[in-house]
This record gives sequence, structure tokens and C-alpha cells, in this order.
Amino acid sequence: MIPEFGQFALIMALIMAILLATLPLIGAAKNIPAWVSVARPLAQAQLLSLTVSFGCLVYVFIQNDFSVLYAVNNSNTRLPLEFRISAVWGAHEGSLLLWALTLGVWTSAVAVFSKKIPDVMIARVLSVMGFISIGFILFILVTSNPFERIFPAPLEGRDLNPLLQDFGLIIHPPMLYMGYVGLSVAFAFAIAAMLAGKLDAAWARWSRPWTSIAWVFLTLGISLGSWWAYYELGWGGWWFWDPVENASFMPWLVATALIHSLAVTEKRGSLKAWTVLLAIFAFSLSLLGTFLVRSGVLTSVHSFASDPERGLFILIFLVLVVGSSLALYAWRAPEIKSNTRFSWFSKETALLLNNILLVIATATILLGTLYPLIIDALNLGKISVGPPYFNSVFVPIMVPLVALMSVGVFIRWKQDSVQRVKKHLLIYLLISLVLGALSTFAMPTFTLGAMIGTTLAWWVVLNMGYSFKQRFKAKGISWDGLKKTPRAIYGMHIAHVGIAVFTVGVTLTSIYSTEKDVMLTPGGSYSLAGYDFKFAGSKRIVGPNYHGERAHVIVSKDGEMIADLEPEKRIYTVQRSPMTEAAIDAGFFRDLFVAMGEPRGDQGGWALRLYHKPFIRWIWLGTLIMGFGGLLAATDKRYRKVK
Amino acid sequence: MLKVKFLLPLIAFVLLVALLAAGLSNDPRKVPSPLVGKPAPDFKLPLLNDPTVTFSPQALKGKVWLLNIWASWCNACRAEHPVLNELAKKNIVAIVGFDYKDTNAEARAWLKKLGNPYDVVVTDQKGLAGFDYGVYGVPETFFIDKKGIIRYKHIGPISFQDLDKIVIPLIKELQAEK
Amino acid sequence: MRIFIFLFIVLQLNSVYAGVEFRQFERAELEARYNVLIDELRCLVCQNQNLKDSNSDLAKDMRDKVYQMISEGKSNQQIVDFMVERYGDFVLYKPPFKTTTLLLWLGPLLFFVIAMIVLFRIIRQRTQTESVEITAAEHQRAQALLKSTLKKDDAS
Repeated sequence: MIPEFGQFALIMALIMAILLATLPLIGAAKNIPAWVSVARPLAQAQLLSLTVSFGCLVYVFIQNDFSVLYAVNNSNTRLPLEFRISAVWGAHEGSLLLWALTLGVWTSAVAVFSKKIPDVMIARVLSVMGFISIGFILFILVTSNPFERIFPAPLEGRDLNPLLQDFGLIIHPPMLYMGYVGLSVAFAFAIAAMLAGKLDAAWARWSRPWTSIAWVFLTLGISLGSWWAYYELGWGGWWFWDPVENASFMPWLVATALIHSLAVTEKRGSLKAWTVLLAIFAFSLSLLGTFLVRSGVLTSVHSFASDPERGLFILIFLVLVVGSSLALYAWRAPEIKSNTRFSWFSKETALLLNNILLVIATATILLGTLYPLIIDALNLGKISVGPPYFNSVFVPIMVPLVALMSVGVFIRWKQDSVQRVKKHLLIYLLISLVLGALSTFAMPTFTLGAMIGTTLAWWVVLNMGYSFKQRFKAKGISWDGLKKTPRAIYGMHIAHVGIAVFTVGVTLTSIYSTEKDVMLTPGGSYSLAGYDFKFAGSKRIVGPNYHGERAHVIVSKDGEMIADLEPEKRIYTVQRSPMTEAAIDAGFFRDLFVAMGEPRGDQGGWALRLYHKPFIRWIWLGTLIMGFGGLLAATDKRYRKVK
Repeated sequence: MLKVKFLLPLIAFVLLVALLAAGLSNDPRKVPSPLVGKPAPDFKLPLLNDPTVTFSPQALKGKVWLLNIWASWCNACRAEHPVLNELAKKNIVAIVGFDYKDTNAEARAWLKKLGNPYDVVVTDQKGLAGFDYGVYGVPETFFIDKKGIIRYKHIGPISFQDLDKIVIPLIKELQAEK
Repeated sequence: MRIFIFLFIVLQLNSVYAGVEFRQFERAELEARYNVLIDELRCLVCQNQNLKDSNSDLAKDMRDKVYQMISEGKSNQQIVDFMVERYGDFVLYKPPFKTTTLLLWLGPLLFFVIAMIVLFRIIRQRTQTESVEITAAEHQRAQALLKSTLKKDDAS
């Protein structure tokens, strides 16, 4: 009964979504207050239905109800409880339901937290979100029903893909979806503003906190995915430029651009048309990502079991949503007048440059991701576009962006003078170069790449300090002044420092990581980057749904013991797939990483892969700092006030 | 009041959709072989029936022939096998079986059970000759013309439908050439 | 169905984890070259993985081949050519620069040039804009005026 109830709740959610997409919109257009006022209750009813539906699916998994096909394919009685729950979103159907639920959560949140925004505006916003919701719920019901029964019901399920039986995968998809779907809020605000013909600074002000929050989720979601790939796949890498990763990174880049252009639009009433376009782009790219991941047009390590029929459905949906928004844009945008003046040396120009570079980066990634598809569609064969391409084109775009960002934070709106900042910039550049050089000399070898990376990082950090101090002018920094400084100001500076930390991590890890595949018999050892890895032997292990071998590796430096690492090699019984569980000794300045290969010889020898990864933690630390900064900015009091 | 400038995003999107729609009908995992249009790589491999004797495609010069890569461990080959038997019955082309990374005992048992459509079967236990043919999945079938040039590579199992629509017309076409 | 069939064909599916191997090289320079090559060559049967990260049989064979050719003293170019001859450009994660990839390699530059032209035009327009700062009250009045004209437009 429960699965049918879940499906019924989903149909209820669809009805709520249809009502939400139509009534308030018509009400707003024809001035019928009663129809406008149903928007908020409908949003709540939709969330309730979706929660019930999702709850039913969770129940199916907890109860091991193998009369449900989706549970059969992705669960097993011996799967630990926490993974039975996360298995709900471990494959296509359930993850789509999570998508729909997430959209329900955002819709409801907009309904609750926008009490001060005019009802008509909110009615339009909720309607747009309702329309998106229709698409996704229909998609689930028509092509990917997670409640589908199977008869006769098997006694046992096929188990969850072992790669997904991991803590990181419990939280990564919900976080990422909160980010993806969160971008629909800014999108809905932009569309609503266009529908109303009111593309003033107000909509920008309203959507700013929503965009920031979505951006925070997206940042953390992507970062979690990268962290998971790092320790779970055993490749020691943290970013592979895989189409699915790119699909999450492109909306992030555009959302970052959007956050900045929203600031210009809100504060200066400039770039209005452009900001609307970015809001459309950000969400469109997140829909495009859904298409790429689920249609099977591209091969990826992370893609779901795909099916062209599903691809067709999403494509049609994409055409409806994005096509109509861009058509609306083509119709409404020419009416927008932004006639504010700014000089070539101003914050406006700096933020415009930021936007341009971020959009170029996005376009480049899109080009690289879709290029194999283009070549194939033109019947010119098959090619691969991978990390060597992306790294070589992406880094040259990011270096100037990071360099300019540090200047952009403190130059003035409208007009600033080069004279005013010239001296400061020269001195700071010099200090950064010196500090960068010193940092690089502390590394094992001197490389130009490390010099550029560390100098950039210092440049950012120093300028953030300078910019923050500038806010207090001659008065000096006082406790009172610090308290009065808005959270958004803290947030902005902190987020940019996060970029600096991230830059250090990426640069130093890419340049100074060392790795080695070795063959060790018990008692044998190998020295990598000054660390002695001693293989003490291995023993058999038995887990709830797997068995395998666990190695014991003792790491020491200069005779002093540093870590006991116990990597595992598991065979998951049901899917009979081998998995490596890498063992990592995480440190602030370096990670030591051991993964098991194959047994060798008859003396208990094993092939092991050893890694030394300097500064890799800084990558995720940087994203955490960015996320924290974003959170501060999003929760600034100013956004909660009525204008 | 429409301006071209504001229509550009929509136009770009339409192009993108056309591309994605085209992408839906392509299989990203079927990689065309660069060997098509080039001479079939030579090899000297032992026969399945008598490993002391070797076979080389030189012997087929002037004839149209198919090189079918298969293995007894390959599930899709099992689906393809009846199709090959059917083709063999028609007796219009020489089919060379290329037993890839297999054991002789298992391969022989397989042919005994499912029938032998091949004129000759060579074995490539280490997959070295397979490397020269760029084999990356089994089954694969190469179509070689009278001049010894590879004209087509069929990736994946040949279905009965493929047999009528692709395989037989192509063989007839190749046979008609001088 | 198409993709469903393909699932049967691939040599080995459970290959997502790293193929750890122990190889010995005469010189460190050869090992470095080996590592670069297996990093930039693609495993054909895998879901977008390079030779280094894949444990599929084919990736293993290809690694063996790379190792063998390096040991024989072949250059990187020779090894890459060898692979491309058999598997096509698909094996290269770094697509070669040729007519069909012209747009791929020059695209970013093209984007940059277009963006700079647009930026230049925007800034020129903005610096020459005559409008002076308006007060909030004026702004509101202008908005109201704009709105009323818009409505008229809609009505007409």
C-alpha cells in the first residue's frame, strides 16, 4: 500500500503544481486578489505532498520492500540502514524525486520568507517555480516512476552500487540539488519581473539573498563531490573535468557572475538586462546539466543509467522553460533603460570584467564539453576532450580574474582615479611578489607555476585586508565600527580569501604531488617524498555486505612514526564488484594516501599506490571559507528590511 | 520592439537544442575505427583446430571476407551467433573467426554446441593481434574487400535486422567490385 | 535499447577503481613519460577514464603496450601515433590541433575577443552617457511615467 500511497502523493503534488503554475499567474495578470493569495498555501500543500511521497520511498527502502523495482535495483537487506536511506537517491528515479522535493522546499521557503515582498510579485515567482515543478513531477511519473512494482517480488535486492555506499554520497546529492534547484529562485524572480514589466532594482534586491544561499549550497555540493571522488575512487585526483562535473561547475560560474551583477543592478541600477540574462542562464545551465547527466549523450563516470527517451523528455522541457524565458527576454529586454554613467575605472567596470571573464570561462567549458557531440553530429568522427584541454584553456582565464578581483573590491563606484590607488597597488604587488617568492622557495623545487599561484594568493589576501581597513577611513578600526559593519561586507571579504586559499591548494597540489605504484612484501618499505611507507602485512576482513583484504601500512618520517594506514580492498558480495578503500592520513600541509592494487606473488606481497599530496586540504578548506562568506552575505539584515 | 541583440541568446539556444537533439540519436560509446579505408593489418595466428598450423589473411587476397572477433566469454556473441550461422548458410562470403583472449577448450566447446559458421578460426589468446585491429569490445566485425582494404567495421553484435539491411547489401557490393 | 546492448559488449564493467601496477623503469625520465602518457590516453571501453585510472582489461593491455614501447625506446609521439592509428583521435584526451578542432582550440580566444569588443563598446557608451545622477524621487517618478507608457503600449 505504501508505494501506491507515495505515488498518489506525487500525483497530488502534480495537481498542486499545476494549480500553482496557473491560478496565481492569471490572478496577477487579471488582478484577481483571491487567486493571487492562493499561491502561498499551494506552495505549502505541494511541499507536503512531495514530502509524503518522498517519505514513502524512504519507508520502502527501510522496510526492504522488494516488491518495488527501484528498491530491488538499488538496495539489499544486508545494506546498512544509513545507506538504505541514501540509496533512495542513489539512482535515477529516486534522485529525481529528491530534485522535485528540493524544488518544493525552495518554493515553500520563498513563500514563507518573502512576506515583505508584494503579494503579486511573489504570486508570479511561485507560479514560475510551480511550472518548473510540473515538468519534473511529470518527468518522474511518465518516464521514471520510483514506485513501480515488480511481480513476483524477489527475496533479495541487487544492492546499491558500492561506490555510493559512503558517507560523502549521503550528503553530496542533497547539497548539490539544493544548489542547482536554488538557482530556480533567482530565475523565477527574473521571469516574474519581466512578466510584470518591472525590471528595476527591486527584483535584484529581492533575489540577492536567495542567489547567495543557492550559491553556498552549490559551492559546498560541488566541493563535497570532489572530496568524495578524491578518497573514494582511489585515483588521488580531486577534479577530472568529467562532463558531469562540468555540468555542475558551469551553473556555479554563472551563479558567481550573477551574484556580482546583482550587486551592480541593486546598488547602481546598471546592467539590468544583463543581470536578467544571467539569472536565466544560471538556471538553464543547471537544467542542461540534468539533461547531460541523464540522457546518455555523453559518457561520464558519474552518469546515471541513461535512456534516450528520458533525454527527449528533458530536452522538450528544456525547450519549453529556457526557450520561453529567452523569448520573453527578447521581447522585454529592449524596454529596459539603464542610463547610469560610469567611468572606465570604476567598480562597475571591474564587476563587468568579472562577469565577462566568468562567462568566457563558462562558454569555454561548455564548448569543450559539447565539442565531441558537435563533431559526432557533423559526422566527423569521435574525439575526446579531457583534462589537458580544460586545464590549458581554463587557467589563463582564471589568473586575470583572481588578479582583478583583488582590485575590484576596493575601487569606488561610478568613478575612481588611478592616481588614488596607484601607489597602494604598486606596493602591494611588490609585497605579494616577495611573499610569493618566499613561499615558493619553501617548496621542494622552485617552479614558475607555484610562484604565480602563491603570489596571486598573497595578492588577494593582502588586498582584502586593505579593502576591509579602507572601510574605516581615518577613524581606524574600532569595536563599534566592526559591529556596525554589515555582515555582507564580512561575507564578501571572507569569500574572496577563500578563493586565495583554494588557489594555493590547487597550485601546490598540482605541481608538487608525488605518487608511486610499488610492490611490497610484508616487512618491505618504500620512501616517497621523505616519508617511509612500511607494509606490515594484510589480513582478511568480513563486512556486512562485503569481504576483502585490509593492509597495514606504517608511515614514518626520520624514524618517527606518523600514521597507521589501513587501506582495504573489498569485494561486494551481491554485485561482485571490487572496490578499493583508500587510507588517508590527512594533514594541514599534506595528505598521505595509500590504495591497494592486486596481490603479488605467494609471499603476501601487494601492489600498492602511494601518494604524497601537499596542500590538498586547502582546496576544500578554500571552498568552505567561500561558503561561509556566502552564508554571511546571504543572511545580512539589510535584505530582511523593506525598502 | 525587438532588437537583434536581445534575440541572440534565443538563437544560440535554438542551435544548442538542435545539437542536443542530434546527440540523442548518437551512441557516445561507439568509436569508429580509423582503420576503415586502410589495408587490413596482417597477422599470423594459430588455428583453433590445429594450433601447430598458422593462418595469415594473405591467403584470402582477391577475396571478400569478414573478420569476426568473438570469444566464448562474451555474452553478446551468443546473441550474434545464430545470425552468423544464417550468413554462413548463404555461402556468399568467407568468414574468418577471430577468437579473442579465450582458451581453446572453451572456444571449441562453444562451436560444437552452437555451430560453426566460420571458414577458419584463428586464436589470439594474448590479444596482441587484436591490438592491431583496435579491438575494444567483442564482438566486432571487419569487412575486407578484394584488395585487402577494410571497408566497414560493425561494432557490437550483428542482429538479423543488420544482416538484411547492412551486411548482405555490403557484401554484394564488395563482391561486385573488381 | 542501444545502450542496453552496449553494456554487454564492454569487456569489463567494474573498472572504476584505479589499476595499480608495479612497473620498473631504467630511468626516472622514462617513468615520468609513462605517467604522462597513461594520464592523457583514454580507455576506450570505460566511462570517460584515462588509462591510469581504469582497471579494465583493455586499459591494462594498453598500459602494457605503452610500457613496452617506452622500454623499446619509442618516443612519445610514436606511441601516441601508434594508438591513434588503431583507435582514432578518440584515445587522446588532448585533441590534436587540426581543421575539425579549430573551433575548439581557438574558441576561448574568440570568446575573449568578442567579449573585449563588447566591453569596450559598453564602457564607451557609459562614459559618454549624459544622464546625471538622479534623486530617488526623480527615479520613482520616472519609473511611474515609464510604467504608464508601457501600459499604453500594451493596450495599443
